[in-house]
Amino acid sequence: MIDKKHIGYNFPPVTIPVEEGRLKFLAKSLGETKGIYTDPDTAKAAGLPGLLAPPTFPFMLEIDALDLVDFMSVLGETLEKLLHGEENFNYYAPIYAGDSITVRKKITDIIDKKGGALQFVISDNTFTNQDGIIVAETRTNYVFRHQ
Amino acid sequence: MTLPKFDSLNVGDEIPALTTPLVSRHILALYCGASGDHNPIHVDLDFAKSSGLDDVIAHGMLSAGYLAQMLTNWIPQSALRSFNNRFTAMTQIGDTVTCSGKIVEKFEKDGEKFVRLELYTNTPQAQTIVAEAEVVLT
Repeated sequence: MIDKKHIGYNFPPVTIPVEEGRLKFLAKSLGETKGIYTDPDTAKAAGLPGLLAPPTFPFMLEIDALDLVDFMSVLGETLEKLLHGEENFNYYAPIYAGDSITVRKKITDIIDKKGGALQFVISDNTFTNQDGIIVAETRTNYVFRHQ
Repeated sequence: MTLPKFDSLNVGDEIPALTTPLVSRHILALYCGASGDHNPIHVDLDFAKSSGLDDVIAHGMLSAGYLAQMLTNWIPQSALRSFNNRFTAMTQIGDTVTCSGKIVEKFEKDGEKFVRLELYTNTPQAQTIVAEAEVVLT
C-alpha cells in the first residue's frame, strides 16, 4: 500500500527544452501528418514560431520531468502494478518547438478503492513557459493494482 | 482549417470520426520512444506476462493522441480549452482504434461561446476512452 504521507508532496521543478526533433518523432508515432506538427517551414508559413506541440504533449513533459521508475521509487511501488486511469488537460497558451517549459508536479491525493485492492494516486501538474506564462495544467490519475 | 461557427452547430452533431491503423508492436515501440513513456508493459512481452497480462498493451495516451488528432482535424488547436480522458479498457495488439465525438452542450462563459463534446475511442472489443473536451468558437 502506498503511504498517504506523500499527499501534498511537491517534486522539485524541472525545466525542459521543447525540441523540434522530438515533436517530429511524436507526430510520426501518432500518424499525424498536418504540417504545423511535422514541418517547421509549414509552421512558420502559418505564422507560428516553430512546430506546434500537440494537445497530449504536456503529458510527455510530465514524464520527462519525472521518469516513471523514479516516481515508483518515491511511492515505494513497482511498474507492474501501474495503470493509467485518467489524464486531464487545461490549455491556456500554445507550446512550440524552441520553448523551455518548467514542470511543477504535486501529489494531491491518494485514494483507496475496493478495500485497498486499488489505489489512485492523483497528481496535479503545472507547465510554465520561458516567459512565465502558464501554458497548461494537467491532472493525472495513476492506478495501482495491489491484487 | 476554419473554425466552425457556433450558431451552425447543434447538440447531437457528430464531428468527423478518425480510424487509425492496426495497433502494432512497431507503433508501440515508436510511441514508447517518442512519448517518453518507457513503461515496459507496452513493449516487453516478458514484462507484460510478469504483470499478469497475456501480451503487451497499448499506451492509453496513444489513443488519447488519436482523439486529439481527430479534434485538430476539426478545429485549430488554439480553440481547444480542455481535454479530459478516462481510460476504461486496455487496447491490444492488432486492434483498430476508432475515434468519435459529438456535441453535448452549447454554452457561454465569460463572454465566450463554447461547445462541450463527448469523445470516445473504441476497439473491436471495448470502449477504451471516455473523454470530454471544451472548445471555444465564435
